[in-house]
Amino acid sequence: MTNTVGIVKEKDFTFGKNEDDALILDSGKRLLDVNLRYETYGTLNKSRNNAILIQHALTGSAHVAGYHSENDRKPGWWNDMVGPGKAFDTDKYFIVCSNCIGGCSGSTGPRSVNPETGKRYNLSFPVITIADMVRAQYRLMKHLNIPKWLTVAGGSMGGMLVLQWVLDYPDKIDNVIAIATSPKHSPQAIAFNWVGRESIMNDPRWDNGNYEDEFPENGLATARMLAHITYLSEKSMDIKFGRKLRKLKNYAYNFSHNFEVESYLEYQGQTFVERFDANSYLYITRAMDYFDVTADFDGDLNKAFENIKTKFLVVSFSSDWLYPPTESRKIVKALRSSNVDVTYCNIDSHYGHDAFLLEAGTLGKLITGFLDANYLT
Amino acid sequence: MENIILRQDLKEISNLVAPKSKVLDLGCGNGSLLAKLRSEKDVIGSGIELAQERIIKCTEKGVPVVQENLDDGLCQFKDNSFDYVILSKTLQSVQRPDHLLKDMVRVGKKAILSIINMGFYRLRLQLLFTGRMPESKTLPYHWYNTPNTHLGTIKDFQLLCSSLDIKIIREIPLNENSNSLTKFFPNLFATTSVFKVTKN
Repeated sequence: MTNTVGIVKEKDFTFGKNEDDALILDSGKRLLDVNLRYETYGTLNKSRNNAILIQHALTGSAHVAGYHSENDRKPGWWNDMVGPGKAFDTDKYFIVCSNCIGGCSGSTGPRSVNPETGKRYNLSFPVITIADMVRAQYRLMKHLNIPKWLTVAGGSMGGMLVLQWVLDYPDKIDNVIAIATSPKHSPQAIAFNWVGRESIMNDPRWDNGNYEDEFPENGLATARMLAHITYLSEKSMDIKFGRKLRKLKNYAYNFSHNFEVESYLEYQGQTFVERFDANSYLYITRAMDYFDVTADFDGDLNKAFENIKTKFLVVSFSSDWLYPPTESRKIVKALRSSNVDVTYCNIDSHYGHDAFLLEAGTLGKLITGFLDANYLT
Repeated sequence: MENIILRQDLKEISNLVAPKSKVLDLGCGNGSLLAKLRSEKDVIGSGIELAQERIIKCTEKGVPVVQENLDDGLCQFKDNSFDYVILSKTLQSVQRPDHLLKDMVRVGKKAILSIINMGFYRLRLQLLFTGRMPESKTLPYHWYNTPNTHLGTIKDFQLLCSSLDIKIIREIPLNENSNSLTKFFPNLFATTSVFKVTKN
């Protein structure tokens, strides 16, 4: 456990006890009794200007770094990047990460109990958007008494949350780091999400979202396997698996997993259902589909960023085909036309979209430089 | 901030930049020139660079830089977006120097370039006496592995400018030990020359 933040505790912040305090959603609906599960690392300084908000991706959680107990086998999801002396240096910065609403890792989501009925929301949970998630985080920001974020940073869906923060609370952020993300969800990404949701909703155990004892594991596992392929690249799969057979000398001439890559995907699907909820998967992927920063600006990205002053670090990965470099370049182009200070790097990597979790070396150096330069000045 | 010591041509380039102006540095390397201009002249400066390692160096200096290939041109920028567009000792290694030069004076009100001079007498003598392609401190490559595929002389650059209807406002011929020979016979005695140009 050297060089980590060590044992960390989860915290909860609940708001929306009454109608006046409710979270008002893009759909026009209201959410009462909203809980945000969050974790913090490092110390908020006296001037309260060293706070960084880290955003997780689709299936992430508030647990970015460290361990919950000494028996934990795995640390938080971005442990390589967050800790003493690391890119998000917990000796310097106060790091906050919260589980998004709609999630299933502690924050209010479709499996939470509706205070008005005493039963689980399931499909009566309102459809949420990325902006709704940000709105909830803004409540947490006020609760923590943080006047301004030094940085808001995240990859993939986390990058969408970053962009949404800039649009909705531009004067509450000094600078942002948007990694492997997109200004709007592409038709290709929407299509993959659709198939994933169809797989869940066609599982008989899903039961219109009202599953209790038996979970729609098959549907969710298939959704995850499909999604997992989109996180890799042709080359990374070739390097990792090739056409290697799984514990076989020759083809088995059947349809069980013959190839390494097949058993890997099956394993990914199985471990996923142990930690993630099917209804949450529906809600969060939907929020991503609806994401489009240009929606209120006639589809014009330049207009969306017209009055932005926030400094940007934009990073993409050369082999990412889910949120390809061309999407990041669109963001960079629009920012430059608004005279925003923007740094962009397309990191050379064969890991595909997953690179944002795996390329800690190069990504770490970029982030370290960017944060240091902006924190000192 | 660390004390940045600039290369001779970059020093001359930085002298030509007016305070508080808007600058784009093409192939900005590790960002030294931009860092100096930003801190000493309060310019709004950003760069374009291809190499990942150099982008990291720029980031450490707080210099905004975008990863791009100069051969893709500057079409993402509108006309006159910058007061100055800078290109130091790089024109010779792009695919089409003429296209880039035209683009520079389009997006910049002014362009500042430093040019390697193949007309420098020592290089001429090398070719004359050894019969081989010249190599020097500024040209450390062999003919077969050099990125400098479009080397020219000061005279060549002047002719290119006039053929593209580009006006030369300032010309500063340089040599490690600049003297009156460098000044009066630049095409023979300057190793490098800095040009400030604009569209006519």
